[in-house]
Amino acid sequence: MTAVAVDPAAVYTLRHADDCLVLSHRLAQWSSRAPSLEEDVALTNIALDLLGQARALYTRTSELDRTGRSEDDHVFQRDERDFVNCLLVEQENGDFAVTVARQLLFSTYQLETWRALGGSTDRQVAAIAAKAVKEVTYHLDHATQWTLRLGDGTAESHERMRAALERLWPYTAELFETDAVTDDVVARGVAGDPQRLRAAWDSSVDQVLREATLERPSTSWTPTGGRRGLHTECFGYMLAEMQHLHRAHPGARW
Amino acid sequence: MSEQVREPLWEVFIRSRRGLSHNHVGSLHAADAQMALRNARDVFTRRMEGISIWVVPSASITASSPDERDPFFEPAADKAYRHPTFYDIPKEVKQL
Repeated sequence: MTAVAVDPAAVYTLRHADDCLVLSHRLAQWSSRAPSLEEDVALTNIALDLLGQARALYTRTSELDRTGRSEDDHVFQRDERDFVNCLLVEQENGDFAVTVARQLLFSTYQLETWRALGGSTDRQVAAIAAKAVKEVTYHLDHATQWTLRLGDGTAESHERMRAALERLWPYTAELFETDAVTDDVVARGVAGDPQRLRAAWDSSVDQVLREATLERPSTSWTPTGGRRGLHTECFGYMLAEMQHLHRAHPGARW
Repeated sequence: MSEQVREPLWEVFIRSRRGLSHNHVGSLHAADAQMALRNARDVFTRRMEGISIWVVPSASITASSPDERDPFFEPAADKAYRHPTFYDIPKEVKQL
């Protein structure tokens, strides 16, 4: 489905749309299972924000690649290899600390990305990003508050938060990778250079970790492939569950 | 869940966009004031209900007791002259 002659800008918006969708679905999996009723609502609020961002970006993608695919086509009719989200967002929820760590690492990246896209030469993308900045600012605040409380909390919460960061840290390297797609959109002013987001991401995450009495994990393993449709094992299961109803009953409505 | 210590309870007050005062909307659990404020945002302002939130520890509220209801409130029942219905309200005075 990621055809050869497609406008790189369409691939770029699709990557971010998939990021939003997949993380939205992961967060929705907490529904009715969160540690408290209040947190249940908080996580699903974030999920709905991300779903809204995904919808806007899928719509823009279909305009750019001129395929006319609907939002549902994007979400329910593509196979695992067609999804170009980063590996970080598809990682399983784990315990609450893993979910918080994933949100901290990703929201920090997403906030910097949306800020840069606010100045995009694609005015529709710029408008989507400007609206999303406010939402993601809150997502990051939520994740930050919990990182501080778990990291600087009890011995057990600290240990779980430490383990969560160690588990997810390898997947952060992929966020800042460049390839032919990013080179093209950067050159045309559609997007900022992913590598230039790195410094801001580092200092933002480091500051939270320091305050939370957590150490920055060190790892040399940097898995990659999500942007090319090569995913981790857990993603196929998530997709099967997410797409099952639509595929078993095409066009089902209620 | 049951063996865990519940987080403290907080009372939530919200001022709506056109409202003049904060109104009590409900209560929720949170570990501390900052988390209570965020939980209140998530639970009570999802549909644009407000633009300002107060959270107060429920334990800080001193409430009247149902046992005291008669001595507290009954004496006001027959004092109609306390209502300003005998005066003409000037048009210029709003929010009275």
